Amino acid sequence: MLRFLFDRDTWQEVFDSFSKNKLRSILTMVGVWWGVLLLIGLLGSARGLENSFNRLFGDFATNSVFVWGQNTSKPFKGFQEGKRVRLTLTDAKKVEDNVEGIEFVVPRNQRQANMVRKFLSGSFSVAGDLPLLDKVQKKKLKYGRFINEADIVNKRKVAVISDEIYKQLFEKNEKAINEYIQINGINFKVIGVFKTSNVSMGPRSDVHIPFDTFQQIFNQGDRIGWIMITGQPEYSIKQIEADAKLLLKNLNKIHPDDKRAFGSFNLGDEFAKVTGFLTGMQFLTWFVGIATLIAGVFAIGNILLITVKERTKEIGVRRALGATPYEIKRQIVVEAVFLTIVAGLFGIITGGWILIGLDAAFGQGDDATIVNASVSIAVVFIALLILVVLGTLIGLIPAFKATSIKPIEALREE
Amino acid sequence: MLKISDLHKSYAIGDSSLHVLKGIDLSVEEGEMVAIMGSSGSGKSTLLNIIGMLDIADSGEYILDGLPIDNLTEKKAAVYRNKFLGFIFQSFNLINYKNALENVALPLYYQGLKRKKRQELGMFHLGKVGLADWAEHLPKELSGGQKQRVAIARALAANPKLLLADEPTGALDTKTSYEIMEFIQQLNDEGKTILMVTHEEDIANMCKRIVRLRDGVIMEDKKVNQVRASQYV
Repeated sequence: MLRFLFDRDTWQEVFDSFSKNKLRSILTMVGVWWGVLLLIGLLGSARGLENSFNRLFGDFATNSVFVWGQNTSKPFKGFQEGKRVRLTLTDAKKVEDNVEGIEFVVPRNQRQANMVRKFLSGSFSVAGDLPLLDKVQKKKLKYGRFINEADIVNKRKVAVISDEIYKQLFEKNEKAINEYIQINGINFKVIGVFKTSNVSMGPRSDVHIPFDTFQQIFNQGDRIGWIMITGQPEYSIKQIEADAKLLLKNLNKIHPDDKRAFGSFNLGDEFAKVTGFLTGMQFLTWFVGIATLIAGVFAIGNILLITVKERTKEIGVRRALGATPYEIKRQIVVEAVFLTIVAGLFGIITGGWILIGLDAAFGQGDDATIVNASVSIAVVFIALLILVVLGTLIGLIPAFKATSIKPIEALREE
Repeated sequence: MLKISDLHKSYAIGDSSLHVLKGIDLSVEEGEMVAIMGSSGSGKSTLLNIIGMLDIADSGEYILDGLPIDNLTEKKAAVYRNKFLGFIFQSFNLINYKNALENVALPLYYQGLKRKKRQELGMFHLGKVGLADWAEHLPKELSGGQKQRVAIARALAANPKLLLADEPTGALDTKTSYEIMEFIQQLNDEGKTILMVTHEEDIANMCKRIVRLRDGVIMEDKKVNQVRASQYV
């Protein structure tokens, strides 16, 4: 069989029968070509979307949940319903110590504040943060650094500002680092400028100042705005959320069934929804692509069936000259596989062009909707393998048809 | 060389069956040149097809060169055809997208010969029929006589024991017919055993023996004085 595949005559025969029916062969191949094109194009786009999604969310610990206090909805232990619930640093500490599977608990505070620099001013949201924040929500710093331990310990009046604020409070090309800005009338030294993210999880913060500094200047005491909890990868963030809330209710004397006392936003949940959608899209792509491929391969089988019918006499002559049925079948199957593979390769190449086109049109810049649209080599090989298998199977139909006619009848055919 | 005894063959036509060969006994010695004659429907083509293993008899014995031909599977028949038999058809049956040389070399391909060897043998046989210069030409670029000569070269290529010709001159004019017959006679002179179906008396008379069929039985089987085709050419 191997010798047969490497025999020049085998391919001469394939080429001859192809060039004899050029238009028809090409039209036939269009089906398979289109199928592969769809498969590659769609899979690549799906991957591109996934990439862009991952890029957007890559800076966040997706296995995380935000929890904040609201008002109670049930009376409990002598407290009436409607009690204002405020989280404290103690709560955060207890959650971190007692709930299983927790990676970090990040307490956060945020407020609207007036900011002034020279003659420029604006109202922005100021957040008091620990250096830990950078671990769960990576800040893309354009200049300078994020808040560090020393800033916290010394309650330094330093600020990390977003590039949006920089644009509003600074002149073009002006250096921001080590310059001073006023927040609620207090001077803060700018130590870093970060890039505003396209996606914000939780309230958006324009300026980060050290947690303890925030406590001090806003008279915050022990109270915190909300906590961000991240779970270890092997733990379910849903369970962590439930455990943490129950603990918090316990600590704050709230009815265990009170659903409104704490608000929360489970990032893991939201993330799972989107990844589920992407998985569904990939599945759909495979389904559509392979269904089209099958249709295309069937078209090839169909054409070969007609070709075989037309070549009945020739096949009769060949058999009179000593071609065994096996040799005839083998030739037809090779033709079928050859047509599918050539069409498939064209599909892969043009599919690649489409992905290149998509990348040029939508894949540039930081907020691209499709990032690095591509398919893996493995996918290409799987597609080719499917083509070979389908081509062989479909080739068997005309092959058996060709040898089912007796040579004497085949010779009589005009 | 060839021995057939009590050969029967019938075809089913709708519900009834048509008895085409009703007990044929025939033996052909090596080096003979036999014409099988008969009106259409006499069973002459069926007989040739059975001898050519393109068709299978219902009953009877067929021995080719000491080898009993029975229980033929398609594969076995293909191998026997390739090894023992050369076919010449009325309508030439050349493969139209292959050139003369490729057509001649085709049986050698199915014998599993290497390409180079095939080309060599093919050219040799094309040369024998005087068409070495036409090796690269497609059948449509050849005249009827040339086509039949290519077909003869193809039949000879595999060096068969027996050459079977089904109305080899049926599609040719008289002059070309005689040229072809001259060739076939030459082959016979060289020792090839030839069996040919024809309904033309003059062609039959160029053979050495005439077997006449009528309604599925042999009416007459006689040796004739061979008329040499060369005197007409």
